[in-house]
Amino acid sequence: MTVANAPTLVANLEAPTPAREPSSSVRRRGRGMVAMLGLTPFAAYVLLFLLLPTLIALATGFFTGKGAFTLGNLAALFTPTILMTFFSSFWVSALTAVLGAVIGALVCYALLGTKSSGALRTVIDSASSVLAQFGGVMLAFAFIATIGIQGVVTTLLKTQFGINIYANGVWLYQVPGLVLPYLYFQVPLMIITFMPALEGLKSQWAEANATLGGTKFSYWTRIAAPVLAPSFFGSLLLLFANAFSSYATAAALISQGSQIVPLQIRSALISETVLGRENMAGALALGMVVVMIVVMTGYSLLQSRTARWQR
Amino acid sequence: MSGTAVRIGAEPGRLARVVILSVVGLVFLIPIAAMVEFTFRIGLAGKHTVSHWTDLTNPAKADLYSNLVTAIGNSLTLAVVTVAIVLVILLPTMILVEIRFARLRRVLEFVCIIPITVPAIVLVVGLAPIYGVVVTVFGGDIWTLAFAYGITVLPYAYRAIQSNLGAIDVATLSEAARSLGAGWGNVLWHVLLPNLRRGILAASFISVAVVLGEFTIASLLNRVNLQTALLQLSQSDAYAAVIFALLALGVVFLLLLIIGRVSSSRPGTPRSAS
Repeated sequence: MTVANAPTLVANLEAPTPAREPSSSVRRRGRGMVAMLGLTPFAAYVLLFLLLPTLIALATGFFTGKGAFTLGNLAALFTPTILMTFFSSFWVSALTAVLGAVIGALVCYALLGTKSSGALRTVIDSASSVLAQFGGVMLAFAFIATIGIQGVVTTLLKTQFGINIYANGVWLYQVPGLVLPYLYFQVPLMIITFMPALEGLKSQWAEANATLGGTKFSYWTRIAAPVLAPSFFGSLLLLFANAFSSYATAAALISQGSQIVPLQIRSALISETVLGRENMAGALALGMVVVMIVVMTGYSLLQSRTARWQR
Repeated sequence: MSGTAVRIGAEPGRLARVVILSVVGLVFLIPIAAMVEFTFRIGLAGKHTVSHWTDLTNPAKADLYSNLVTAIGNSLTLAVVTVAIVLVILLPTMILVEIRFARLRRVLEFVCIIPITVPAIVLVVGLAPIYGVVVTVFGGDIWTLAFAYGITVLPYAYRAIQSNLGAIDVATLSEAARSLGAGWGNVLWHVLLPNLRRGILAASFISVAVVLGEFTIASLLNRVNLQTALLQLSQSDAYAAVIFALLALGVVFLLLLIIGRVSSSRPGTPRSAS
């Protein structure tokens, strides 16, 4: 047996912390202090480059350009224009997250049982890593070349099949036009994040299922699905967040107006005023963060339920 | 053993695998193929030329592309420094928490997913004053932007490492190695890291890809990276911009492919002598 094989032979259960012997507790406490020091680089880094900028960003919405406290920017979030951009952001993110998660999970399933160091997997791993961040300018180029007005697919459908995808107007440069480009990075991101979880399934579970007379169907529905659920929904939320906060692709595709929240923030940052208000970017950022907190709370509730089941 | 396939006993049939992979694969190739076709076009007439490609070596146009060459160098530097931040700051912390501070696991997870709830476009507003300080301490070199990118990749790197970390029993493995007389250095190097190889690799992959695709922070902090330079070039020469986008895509793909091959051909287990 080699060390690398060991995890497959060890049950994936949370081991209870071994009881500490009283005689060694002093020595252990001393080493605990040293171990604590090991956490400080990460703590300091996160404090300086995550928590501090976040607080600064969210606080600006509460002040006017002259530095006086105001709630006016927050109130402006509830005007129909801003509410509409939030709605657009939400449905595009939800749709592409669900489609991306399902298609990505299917690809992961298809890759099960292939050699992890084989040519197929190496190519797909690398391609997924690249495409997951094929965002922004490059992605806009790709889809303009594909389904733009003179795009390859647009032309092909029109000349060969007589189908005009833009019969009801050009939607590529509107919010619906974001769905296909967004899927182009959502599916690969799902493959990257979900594949390790799928490979964590133990062959013993399938054997136990077979021994007890279960079918492949019962294995997937009764064993694999509950075990994979937290990873799946975790990845799905990652995809939602990824789309909700994605800005470069939209910025390159949509030149007219600010139909989604990140574009609204950009115009607030660039022009300094949205709806004739200063520091509106801070308020929009706050609104965006509130939506994300609601989503992540739902995720966390869901996960603690599943974690309880797993124990 | 790294060479064998993971067997879970419920793999898809050959037909299902081929159908799923080829359908998804073909759909994903279409936009790339369309970009390639675009680089050979002459206007809208439907005729083709190679002149957009030969222009790349045209000395008269070299000035137009020099900014992009700098930008590519900048992005590669940022990728290396960001992966270093993940491996030197995040990875040891995650292992330490798993072994010694199990109660902090939820806290660490919470911290690592904060960048999901605080997108780059939100973060950048607060980063501007902080980079004012960073520049006075570390200077204005491009690599300092990696401090921000380390945060951007945090949720992705964390998830990649954690799904590996959660699938192996770190406590039992390290207790076993310790009771066999291994020091913590040996436990880390010969027991934990080989088992975490997939997670570390996935974390590095996704960090590199995130950094090379990053646009928001660089553009709003007025730094030059691959994405901001491509956008700039597209306004003066759309064909060249698409060509460079394709080349960048190809180079990054090859780079990740090589990293993947090298790490999977390396023996996954400690040599018997050690």
